[in-house]
Parts: sequence; C-alpha cells; structure tokens
Amino acid sequence: MQVSMTVNGEERTDDVEPRLLLAHYLREVCDLRATNIGCDTTSCGACTVIVDGLSVKSCTVLAVSAEGAEVTTLEGLSGPDGELHPVPAAFRSEHGLQCGFCTPGMVMAAIGVLAANPEPSDREVREGLEGNLCRCTGYHNIVRAVQTAAQAGPAAGQVPSSRGVTA
Amino acid sequence: MSILGTRVVRIEDPLFLTRGATYTDDVVDERLAGAVHATFVRSQVAHGRVLSVDTTAAHKAPGVVAVVTADDIDLDPIPAGLPMVPAAMTRPWLAKDTVRFVGDIIAVVLTEERYQGEDAAELVEVDIDPLPAVVTTADAARDEVLLFPDAGTNVMASFGEPAPADFFDGCEVVVTQAIANQRVAPVPLETRATAAAWGEDGRVTIWCTNQGAQQAKGQIAGWLGLDPDLVHLVTPDVGGGFGAKIGADPEYAFVAWLARRVGRPVRWVESRSENLVGMLHGRAQDQVVTIGGRRDGTIEAYSLVVDQDAGAYPRVGVVLPTLTMLMTPAVYGFPKVHAQARVLATNTTSVGAYRGAGRPEATAAAERAIDLFAAEIGMDPADVRRKNLLPPFDSPHTTPTGAVYDSGDYTAALDRVLAAAGYPELRAEQARRRERGDARQLGIGMSVYVEITGADSGFGSAESAELEVHPDGTATVLTGTSPHGQGHATTWAMLASEQLGIPVDRITVVHGDTDRIPRGGGTMGSRSLQQGGAAVHQAAIELIDLAKQRAAQVLEADPADLEVDLAAAGISVRGVPGSGVTFAQLAEAEPLSVQTRFTAAGPTFPFGAHLAVVEVDVESGKAELVRIVTVDDAGTIVNPLLAEGQRHGGIAQGVAQALLEEVLYDADGNPQTSTLADYPFVSATELPSFELVEMATPTPMNPLGAKGIGEAGTIGATPAVHNAVIDGVSHLGVRHVDMPATPMRVWRAIQQAATRTQQEGSL
Repeated sequence: MQVSMTVNGEERTDDVEPRLLLAHYLREVCDLRATNIGCDTTSCGACTVIVDGLSVKSCTVLAVSAEGAEVTTLEGLSGPDGELHPVPAAFRSEHGLQCGFCTPGMVMAAIGVLAANPEPSDREVREGLEGNLCRCTGYHNIVRAVQTAAQAGPAAGQVPSSRGVTA
Repeated sequence: MSILGTRVVRIEDPLFLTRGATYTDDVVDERLAGAVHATFVRSQVAHGRVLSVDTTAAHKAPGVVAVVTADDIDLDPIPAGLPMVPAAMTRPWLAKDTVRFVGDIIAVVLTEERYQGEDAAELVEVDIDPLPAVVTTADAARDEVLLFPDAGTNVMASFGEPAPADFFDGCEVVVTQAIANQRVAPVPLETRATAAAWGEDGRVTIWCTNQGAQQAKGQIAGWLGLDPDLVHLVTPDVGGGFGAKIGADPEYAFVAWLARRVGRPVRWVESRSENLVGMLHGRAQDQVVTIGGRRDGTIEAYSLVVDQDAGAYPRVGVVLPTLTMLMTPAVYGFPKVHAQARVLATNTTSVGAYRGAGRPEATAAAERAIDLFAAEIGMDPADVRRKNLLPPFDSPHTTPTGAVYDSGDYTAALDRVLAAAGYPELRAEQARRRERGDARQLGIGMSVYVEITGADSGFGSAESAELEVHPDGTATVLTGTSPHGQGHATTWAMLASEQLGIPVDRITVVHGDTDRIPRGGGTMGSRSLQQGGAAVHQAAIELIDLAKQRAAQVLEADPADLEVDLAAAGISVRGVPGSGVTFAQLAEAEPLSVQTRFTAAGPTFPFGAHLAVVEVDVESGKAELVRIVTVDDAGTIVNPLLAEGQRHGGIAQGVAQALLEEVLYDADGNPQTSTLADYPFVSATELPSFELVEMATPTPMNPLGAKGIGEAGTIGATPAVHNAVIDGVSHLGVRHVDMPATPMRVWRAIQQAATRTQQEGSL
C-alpha cells in the first residue's frame, strides 16, 4: 500500500505492508532510528512521537493510518546548527537521561505534557509521563528536566512545523 | 580549579538528544548488508518431553531461509561453567528431549524480513508431553521431580553448614521469620539484541547489548569452539543492563553459529514478552532469619538461611548467595553470625545478577530482622540499630564471614538520615494518626547498609586504560569498562582532563570493542570508577611522565625541572607557564600514548542509611511512598550530577521491589507477568522526588578515594520502604508482610492480625 506523510518536515510517499507499524516505518523505511521500541503492549512509551501535534505511541499506529499526517521524531526537534530544543536541552542540563533508550520517547511525551499544560506541577508531570517508563533515572531528574523546560515558555511545548503545533 | 567534584553535564548527551544513541538494533554496517532475521520458537510448557517438532509448514512460509532444530546442532551443550554445579546440569542450544522452562528454545526460524519470522515461527508445530513442573524452591528441595535426572538432585550448589544446635542458647529473646526476597525482572528498556557477520578472513564480528565485551567474547568463543582471536565482539550503546547483561547469553553465540551455517549475516532483537521470559531474572531467595539477644536491645546471635531459586539452567544466580552470606553480618557487630545457602533448580527462567546481586538480599534480611527484634522487645528500631552498629573505623575491619570492610561510620550515616528526615516529628505525627484512628496511617522505615563493590569476580580487581593525545590536541581514552548509562564518557574525560588540562569535550572515550580493547572487566558490581576510572587517572599520570621525558629533549631541560602546564595542556619549565611544549606538539613528532593497568588494593564497602515514609490506607491496604531520604556514602565523588543519578535509579528500583514488582508463575510454571501490561514496572506516578543527603568517607583502596555507587540505592531503599509499610500497620498487630507489599498482602495481614487479636482476647 502507498502511504504519504510529512516526517520531520519532509514530505514522502512509500510503499508499505498494510500491517507495518509506524514505529517500524520510521526506523526502517525512513531510517530514523532514535525512536525506540521497548515493549509489545503499548506500555513503555519508548516509541512516542508527535503526530499532528499530539504525542502518540508509534508502536500502536499503523503506518498507513498516519496517511497525510505530520510526524515529528527526536531527529526533527533540534536545528541543524546543533542548538537543542528546550526539552532535550533541559534533559541534558538536569541529567534526565542515562542509558538513553527511553529518552527519545520521553522527550516527545514531555513536549506533549507541556503543550497541554505549560506550567505543570510535579504531580502533573508525573501523571503526564505515566505511560513512559524509565529504568535508569527513577524519574527524579526527568521531572526536574520538564520543569526546567517549562521555564523556557511556550517553545517547550512545540515542535518545528510548517503548520504550527497545537496540543 | 579542579574539575573533579563538579557537576559536569554529559558530553555524550548532545548526540543522544538529537540523533539518538546507536543500540545494537540501530547498527548500520556494510558487513550486515543482506542480513536475515532470527526468530526463536520457545516452549510454552514449563516442563515436558518433546515428542515432535514439525517444521514442514514453516519451511514453506514466505521469506523463510532456514528452520533449525536440535537435530541440526553440532555443538556441545552449554556447560554450567561453575565447578560446584553437577556436570549433568547443562543447557542444550535447542531443546531436544526435554523443555525446562517457558521460554526454552526449541527451534529458530531465519527469514528475509522481521515480520515474516513471526509468521513462520507460528507454523512450527511442537508436540510436548507435559511433566509435573517444579515451580518453587520448596518443590525443588523435595527432589521428587528432577529437572536433570542424571544429576540425581535439583540442588545446584550448597554453601555453609547448619547452625550449631546451641547457637541461640542464652538469648532472652529469639525471633524467627521466613522472608521471601521475591523474583523480579531487571527490564532494561533495551531488550536483548545481537547481530553477527563472518568475514572472508574467517573471523566473526558480533554486535550485542552487553555489560562486558571481553567476558562475553571469551564465553562465546569457548561455547562455539573458536580460537578467541577469531571473534570480534562489539557492544554499541547499551540501553540499560542492571546486571542482566553480564556474560554472554546463549542466543548471542547461537546467532553467530547460524550466520556461519546459512552463510549470511544474521540479526536478532527480542520482543519484550520474549525478554520477560528469556532474560535473566533477579533476587529469588527464600530466606529464614533468626535473631536473638537481650531485652535491652543487644543482639547476640543472628542466622540467615537461604534457598536460592536459580531457575532452569545455572547462571550467575548460582553464586549470588555467596555474596549474601559474605554480607550477612551487615553493619552490625553481632558476636555470632551464621549463614548458609542452597541453590535449587526450578522450571522457571534462569536467575542472574540484578542491581546489587546478592547484597540487597543480605541487607533486606538483616534490616527486617532488626525490626522484628525491635517490635518484639518494644524498642525504637533506630535505638536497636544504634546499640548494635559497628563503631566508626578507618582501618580494615574483618567480619565473622571474612569480609574486610575498608572504612565506615554507620552511626553517623544513621544519625544524618534521621536528622534530615525529622525523625522525632515523624514519630509524633505517626502517634497522632494512630490516636485518631485515621484511615491513612503513617509508616516510618529505615535501613542501614554496607555493601561490597569492586569485588574480584574472577577477572581480578584490575582494569585497563589506554590514553593517547593526538596532534590536533584531542585525546582518546580506551577503557575496559562498559558504560550503559553511567556516563563514563564524561567522568573518564574529567579524570584525564584533571591531569592534562585538555578540555573534556576534546576527549573521546571508547569502550566495548574487543579488537581495540582486548582486556577489560566490563561494568558490573559498581566497579567502574574505582578500577576503570582509577586506571584512566593512572594512565594520565604515566602519560605526563612520558611527555616530560620527551619535552626534556625538546626543551633541553632536566625532566625534574618540568611540570604539567594545565592552561597550555602541555609541559613547561617549573614556575614558567607557557614556556614549554604542548602535548599536541609532542604528539606531532611521534605518537604520544600509554597503556596501563590499574590493580585495586581491594574491594570497597560503601555504606549508608535510608529512611522511608509511607502512608498506608488501612482500609484498602494500599501503601504509598511519600518520602525517601538517603545517605549513600561512596567515598570521594568525581561528578555529583552523575552520582546522584545512580542513586536515584537505584532508589526507584529498590522501592519497586518493596512495593510493586514481582515475577509470578502459576502452579504449572506458566509465567503470569510476561508483558509490561502484566509486570508492574514502577512508573513516575508511584514515586516521590528523592531527598539525598551527602556523606563521603574516602577509601584507601584506590588513588581516587572512590567507592562504588551503582547499586547503593537498591540495597538501601528496599528494606527501608518494606520496613515502613510494616511499621505503618504494626500498631494493628502486623509483624511481617512479604514483598511486594501490595494492597492485597497488606490488607490480608491486617485482617489476620485482627483475627489473631480477637482469638487471643477470647481465650
């Protein structure tokens, strides 16, 4: 089947199996391997990406059902000059990542949290990230990172987009 | 100003946060072009006779390149590799006659595409005649059903002797309790994965996610009967390990074997549901503690007897109880200590190391025992601890089990954590809630711990480092340690930068490639900084010596008159900065590099104290952790930002064991927690932010003064939280609840205590 979508600002059309998951499409067809797969029950959130402004677990979406969508992965967040988007920048300054496997999904989920609630409490951050599992950090520094990113203002809840992003 | 002890953000992060790390399944390499995908067919039955394996339909499925069963194997079974284990307890590469756990491998399908593998694997028809399953250590110990009939027993190993009959004679109070230190799943977010490709030179390159490339290489070469020089093993970025990625897994060697058989590169990445039955589990001890002493709180004798569940095939789990036994005396000066263990085979997933690996089990037992004793004599558990803690020491202390603790001040750790937590105020609040009969009661739990880090695991307490400065002023560090989240790229760069003056972001740290780094002990047992970091420190000092000799010729000076010029990153005449030659300039003339090996004087014994506050809803039994305050003394800290991260992660895993996580099997050995929808992996909502208290007692065992920090959190947190839950309902008559302290367990314990009280009242 043919599917067309915009991935990190690039419009593309590919022939895919109808059953191909968006996560595998991004990794293997688009060669965007930052997005990781950590489970098979939509439990861990490592595969979280932004689809049309919403954070979505890409292991639970068929590639073909993202027809016409605008998809942003970790690779699409930061500029070519190496300047980090406020959320990954805060993950670095607050040591919100260790092994890094949950990080791409966690960063995208955090953007989703901040898009919906630009000034969350710690409890709201924790609830917003409940579907994203991390084994290394105990979440302590992830919560701090999200709070630090929130101080950057609305940009923290947005992804680069031709259409503008809403929560 | 020294860079050591400062909060340097990680130099590896920009890549991790823009393009993402490169884990094994992300590796793109021309040697892997045209790779086929391996899919394992695993037993759905815990114990049974394999009657037939029919691969006819699978062979015909789209994309199938090969289907391999036990009949195709020309390899000897995998030996235990542990001298104490009966020789008959070997693992076949593919089950031929018998399956021994749900997850045992029966066949493997190789396909062009990954999805085709799942389709074809479902077409392999396996007929198994079930046998009774051995699911618990109690089942196993009866030796009625044997996993390995040729061994004549399910006992894989025994350590120690029973306690003498008079061991507790003379004690005014003796308390005994059976305690389950339950089986948990390590669940690194990256599941197991490997890829293998054979070159025309007859060498195989294996990529895999592992905590020690050199050790894994040696095992794989041995299993496959290969000259180790023919194996090149690479561990790319590793998405967490927690002990479960120590040593090679059979799947890794087998994928290399398959690649040779089909003449094409082969890749494998497991699904999470495969991981939860296929990857090593942790803990899994059934313990009996007995503690005796006087009514004034003095402990006179303590005994710990362990039944270690090793799972179906012997792995590291066999030797974990030796660490538990070694650490049985814990932080206390008990006059008499007894420890004994037995290791048993069951029809379950094999058990290995999990963050702490044998030491959390020792601490959990001792800290629970102290609380049981305190409850029995009606004394504050903090006071019982104070009365029995070893006094402060800065010269080696030898324990009754033969551990030689390097330095410690356990009372100070306890006092600090109690002060930081506001212990008297917490007890007052607890009393108020009890008096009011609140539904939400307060539980306060503590632990004081000591652990062994950097223990000699058979590969020596030594580590390699190579350091080279390049003509462009950058430097490369090669290390035998194997970071998988710990941030060695940053910390090792700090250690080199401190000596050489080269900025950390100009220093690249390389690990996990056996061609470039033939010797290495990997990252496990909290050894990395105290051995691998110390090796980098030593390499930098040796490089300075070498540079001084060369600079002496260039500058026509006596080497004794030269010193490091940190600002210039070079060597200058003493007292005349800028007068000399940079390391980069020296490297232009001829390569400037050193190789070294650091040997630690001995293991180190980090210690600390944790205090947990829980709210327990006595109507539902639900316990919620509201605070955890920790003192974790790991000696000198090189990078507090990263050390805190290690503590945080360990605390979370420790809390998870106390409150949530447990691998469960039904009576037939069917796993009940084989997906992340079923296994209650701790999430952000179940944890508070952590309150860390600083304390640093340097060790004399290495020039950095550093002890290990990787496992402290799990060791301290589990018993503190566990004790807190029981403390929260102790006024209702509850003395013990096994972990995880789930609402159901706590609620049942409350009901049972009420019934008991009623019965006692009616007598």
